[in-house]
Amino acid sequence: MSIDRRSFFKFLGITGLTVIGLKSSGENTTPEDDSEFYGVLYDSSICIGCRACEKACAKAHGLPEPEDELEAGIKRKTSENQRCVINAFETDEGEVYVRNQCMHCNEPACVAACLTQAMYKTKEGPVIWREEKCMGCRYCMVSCPFDVPKFEYGSTNPKIQKCDMCYDRIKNGEIPVCVKTCGDALFFGTRRELISEARRRIAEWPEMYIEDIYGEHTVGGTGYLYLAPVSHKELGFDIKLQKNSYPSLTKSFLYSVPAVDVLVPSVLLGLHAATKVKQTKTENYE
Amino acid sequence: MNSPAYPITKEKQSQPVWKFILSELKPRGKWLTPFNVISLPIILAGITLMAIRFTHGLGAVSNVTQEIPWGLWKGFNVVTGVAFAGGAYVLTFIVYILKVDKFHSIVRATVLNGFLAYLFYTFALVLDLGKPWNIFNPVIGNNYGVSSVLFLVAWHFILYILGLLIEFSPAVAEWLGSKRAHKILSGLTLGAVIFGVTLSVLHQSGLGALFLMAKGKIHPLWYSEFIPLLFLVSSVFAGLSMIIFEGAISQRVFFKQISRKNHEARKDMLKILSRICAFTMFIYFFLQLLVLIHGQHWSYLNTPMGYWYLLEMVGFVFIPMLLFIRSFQKPNIVLTRVAAIMAIVGIILNRLNVSIIAFRWDAAVRYVPSWMEIVISISIILIQIWIFRWIITRMPVLNESPGFAKIHKQAGNHYISK
Repeated sequence: MSIDRRSFFKFLGITGLTVIGLKSSGENTTPEDDSEFYGVLYDSSICIGCRACEKACAKAHGLPEPEDELEAGIKRKTSENQRCVINAFETDEGEVYVRNQCMHCNEPACVAACLTQAMYKTKEGPVIWREEKCMGCRYCMVSCPFDVPKFEYGSTNPKIQKCDMCYDRIKNGEIPVCVKTCGDALFFGTRRELISEARRRIAEWPEMYIEDIYGEHTVGGTGYLYLAPVSHKELGFDIKLQKNSYPSLTKSFLYSVPAVDVLVPSVLLGLHAATKVKQTKTENYE
Repeated sequence: MNSPAYPITKEKQSQPVWKFILSELKPRGKWLTPFNVISLPIILAGITLMAIRFTHGLGAVSNVTQEIPWGLWKGFNVVTGVAFAGGAYVLTFIVYILKVDKFHSIVRATVLNGFLAYLFYTFALVLDLGKPWNIFNPVIGNNYGVSSVLFLVAWHFILYILGLLIEFSPAVAEWLGSKRAHKILSGLTLGAVIFGVTLSVLHQSGLGALFLMAKGKIHPLWYSEFIPLLFLVSSVFAGLSMIIFEGAISQRVFFKQISRKNHEARKDMLKILSRICAFTMFIYFFLQLLVLIHGQHWSYLNTPMGYWYLLEMVGFVFIPMLLFIRSFQKPNIVLTRVAAIMAIVGIILNRLNVSIIAFRWDAAVRYVPSWMEIVISISIILIQIWIFRWIITRMPVLNESPGFAKIHKQAGNHYISK
């Protein structure tokens, strides 16, 4: 079969148009993109540190009830047995409580890290872990800027434990157990609602809050948002985290991969051909 | 062909292949060598501990924590080991692409070493996985985490192991005396090399890129957006230094297998290798310097972690670089080997620093590997050496290929250069 230049270009053009056509027709059929992420607003100016949310969380997820005492200055951490913790901090405004759990980032590092899509950002907003896909490499733990995923080192069939924002309940139209248990400190809604609610509270009671909402911009925005009476630094928040999302750190590397995969073999073939020419030349001289 | 280690072809053809392989499985020569006496108990202990790891969970043998989830097996066996296995792609590039025929006699041993290294480091990885039975998830099914650097590394890893196997397979065919298979497999070499070098460039840098998302967890002196590039450049001299180091040992241990001609050639090779090492180390050192200046992290230099950094950069990059330069100016084999060993230490330091030592350097509880982790790590390497030795004493790796293979090799070269 022979192809002249004209038919080659014709072929190329038709293929290109087909690809473009397929793509644009595909884009029209995805109307669900406008759904919004759900999140939780935590108001540490209201939280009284009763830890009812901790207990409700443990009960709902079949984990042992937390027994250690809450004490200012001692930082408790989430663990493979505890998905959320309340910590107390001694500040100028008295004792202030802060809740820690998965932040449910908009662009999570753990999801970008996962090579089997076991860590998954649902379209509703919660970041969940899917057991049947996980191979237990723990790269999500290496990547997470908040050190959230916890691994059951003592188990022969280990799980990753982390808050999943009670994804099963959200799917059924219910709110997470912690929010349901809590009086006022936890507030559930879409991220947009949460931010406007937070702004409203700051505007209405400026003496109770600092201006910043932690999580609004941190690592590209998180599903959990925090209102605080004193600076975030005093409350053990990591304020050095970048504003860009964590997956953006690996983006340029990942983008270079296809280019390298195509360019390097071409260069190698070229080099191979070049050294071959030299060889035959020297052979001729000999 | 005269080598006593290589079985005579005629005899081989008269018996079925499986019988031949069975006979080859039997040990050769003396059993109670010092190496065997020391390594065997360690390997047995290691295998026992591996069994405990699978029956009692990772926590039973490993000291990894929730904050430092990657320990010795990943940091040393995988991340460090892969750098040293980089010799295979550098050398195949030199021999098959640049066609520097001088290195032809060591290319097989290096490829074999690379292949075994990758195989056993994959094994170390399986040990470290919490759910190893799901290891094929990224390969099969709709579980492609395409935005993951680890996904990319995993695929490049798997494909590269296959590539190395193809590059080494002619030696297996020669061992089995299969002329047909040898002809076909030799024809695949160039393709496998091009494939392999590409895959290596990406997974060597990819191993560094794994740590890009650990920003803030790795000490600023070791973290930069250039980790992938630094890992790639350093893998060149890491692999070559390993070839020099390993060559020094196998030259003694397998003295009889190496022909006189090749013994002579090795001296010449060392000179060239040390030259390449010196240049790549210079590039690496310069890049590290640029990263330091660009990141404006010099204020950290006057801290304990800073001294540790300086020890790595000056003591085990700059000084071995000078030694390499010196050793090719005034040919000196001992100096080359000293430089290679120092460069190897430098790479071990660098990889362990990025993955373990400077990782969460500020954590309240530091990770120190348990003795059980160390025993398993070492026994994996020892098993690898055992298998390496088994293959070297049976297949034409260091010694000359049998007659029929040489004709094919020439024919193959001719075919390639057409």
